[in-house]
Amino acid sequence: MYKYDQLDQQIVDERVTQYRDQVRRYLAGELTEEEFRPLRLQNGLYIQRQAPMLRIAVPYGMLSSRQLRKLGDLARRFDKGYAHFSTRQNCQLNWPKLEDTPEILAELATVEMHAIQTSGNCIRNITTDQFAGIAPDEVVDPRAMAEILRQWSTFHPEFALLPRKFKIAVSGTKQDRAIVQAHDIGMEFYLDANQKLAIKVWVGGGLGRTPILGSVIREHLEWQHAPTYCEAIVRVYNLHGRRDNAYKARIKILVKALGIEEFSKQVEAEWAHLKDSQNTITQAELARVSEHFEPMPYATLSVNSASYEAAIASNKAFANWVKRSVHAHKQAGYRAVTLSLKAHGIAPGDATSEQMEVVADLAEAYSFGELRVSHEQNLILADVALDDLFPLWEKARAHGLATPNVGLLTDIICCPGGDFCSLANAKSIPIALAIQDQFDNLDYLHDIGDLELNISGCMNGCGHHSIGHIGILGVDKDGSEWYQVALGGKQGNDASIGTVIGPAFSAEEMPSVVQRLIDVYIQERTPEERFIDTVRRIGTAPFKANVYANKETSLV
Amino acid sequence: MSNLIKYVSNTASIIEDEWQKVTLPPSHEPERKQAGKVVLFKLTGEKTVHADQIAETVIPATGKILIPLSVWLVRKDEFTDRLKAGELGIWMETHKLVETLVESQADLNVFPLIAVHVERFADGRIFSIGTLLRTRYGYKNELRATGDVLRDQLFFLKRSGFDSFLIRADRSAKDALQSLKDFSEPYQGAVDNPVPLFKRYNRNATMELKP
Repeated sequence: MYKYDQLDQQIVDERVTQYRDQVRRYLAGELTEEEFRPLRLQNGLYIQRQAPMLRIAVPYGMLSSRQLRKLGDLARRFDKGYAHFSTRQNCQLNWPKLEDTPEILAELATVEMHAIQTSGNCIRNITTDQFAGIAPDEVVDPRAMAEILRQWSTFHPEFALLPRKFKIAVSGTKQDRAIVQAHDIGMEFYLDANQKLAIKVWVGGGLGRTPILGSVIREHLEWQHAPTYCEAIVRVYNLHGRRDNAYKARIKILVKALGIEEFSKQVEAEWAHLKDSQNTITQAELARVSEHFEPMPYATLSVNSASYEAAIASNKAFANWVKRSVHAHKQAGYRAVTLSLKAHGIAPGDATSEQMEVVADLAEAYSFGELRVSHEQNLILADVALDDLFPLWEKARAHGLATPNVGLLTDIICCPGGDFCSLANAKSIPIALAIQDQFDNLDYLHDIGDLELNISGCMNGCGHHSIGHIGILGVDKDGSEWYQVALGGKQGNDASIGTVIGPAFSAEEMPSVVQRLIDVYIQERTPEERFIDTVRRIGTAPFKANVYANKETSLV
Repeated sequence: MSNLIKYVSNTASIIEDEWQKVTLPPSHEPERKQAGKVVLFKLTGEKTVHADQIAETVIPATGKILIPLSVWLVRKDEFTDRLKAGELGIWMETHKLVETLVESQADLNVFPLIAVHVERFADGRIFSIGTLLRTRYGYKNELRATGDVLRDQLFFLKRSGFDSFLIRADRSAKDALQSLKDFSEPYQGAVDNPVPLFKRYNRNATMELKP
């Protein structure tokens, strides 16, 4: 992974000094609440219901074991001994004290970490596929370009105060796993007809209040132009995006208002001036950054392992876990492993300090000391030898990190919701826990198969509800919490936005609502169909009919 | 005490402001609601300048004057002599387009001063406006930020081509001077230094940083 040189370190250190002084001025009354707000937000600090929340950047989801250990340590010393991994691949502390945040950032800087631009109206953490660099279907490892764009966007002076937040995702695979179409800018790296690295660029996608998939603004962009082309897009947005209404301020609203033809005409006109300017990446710079993402020093292994096969044959629990948590790898004899942060009864995406230390140990023992955070809020060990899978599983299981539910109904994507977040209209974690409770039978879960259930506590959509096969959105009606259900959302190349099936439900009804949806699927599915396939084939009507049947009698 | 910070030959210091800012008088026109009408969304929320305001704007007879873009556009011919004498600057708000100014006056370097007024701290259009004035339209003279200008914008303003900053009256310009040096080696090229970090240093080699 990328290692800082003195220049990277200096920027992060100077940020700590700057932020420390901003906090000092705020506490001394030299900055008003309103003036401090954009400053603290651009350093990931929210003021929440119970306490501030600090969002720490995990660039494109990559962590070293040393960094994870530090996160565990900080969560223990400055928080309640746990942290939350988010759908933006970041890490959040829920209970730090405002006064402690400069010290936390100083500690983070010692392990090449920061909280720069993790919130606020600026270019946010760039996200990508959690299997970048090792996925068999990968065409281009997008991480070097993600790092180059991270550096380009860090304190970019022209884009420091945009109309609204701005999210970029990159991917380099045939099967998109970075939801590039649901970002302000999405970039798919590929090799063009001349085997040259090129980018397909989407713009104006997003999940929040107005969920919409992005439009292609350019089918082919040569790789070296990525920063200047982004500059053209973001400049048009910075100058012309709405600033009078926060709900209509995202770039997707501008793209929709102008139409993609007019918007791209303006971007191209702007880019004509910026193309080949100094921010254009050089071959040498791409080579320098790419060296940090060279393949691991793999051992030469056989494609099969007798001990691994034997463990699967003799141990049903291990076999179940392998089915869900072990993923294909480019390198013979290696696999990627998802450590589930979705143990039933625990808030999805939460990890204790002890668990973080265990994962750091596992990464060191079995995966070259590195790991990744997925946007599904799990942790990934990307480079594990077949023979190591069984001992790894035993240790992970002992610490609640091996729930065999990855990709299944209870692998719920869920935002912190009304328990923590001051933006939320409704709680989301209790809904997730109630659904996990309803589906606590593993054989049944495996029988239901691949299913993505996503929950957001408000329409900002941190829980990605719009692209959940089942999407649940907390809404506020007359001061009480209700839940709207959508069906048919999906991430990937054939991404789609879910359709709301009807009036919202109370929290108590939610487990049985999900149960009724599953019942229809079980009854209607063909042998090969996943839940989403059945929804797409038969439409939402049969599901709706079953969910709302006799609803009058059940409603008091 | 002046609250104006200005760069003179690469050094920022607090200096006296020689310029008189000319503002529009209130309009006699009744405020018209735009409900039900199709408006250019870019202008949503921005007040329209009325003809009577432009006509009634009082121009000081002597000294260096900083006049609103809207007055310049309509009363341009009145200012020929002042312009020649180097006594005329233009100020514009962030919702105005740089292109409007350029269409009225192709060579911006006839103005010794252009000021951009930012209504709210969080309005980052000022950075793009500064960048365009410097890079696209070749403006070389003083470029000033006015309005809700606080120290934590200064580093970005400087990088976007501004070389003078009128700090909001209730804040100390002396304190604000500190923030111009928040970061010593920024990553990306911008107006003040178009060369990005990876071209300024050989980042492959172990190198000593300048003190």
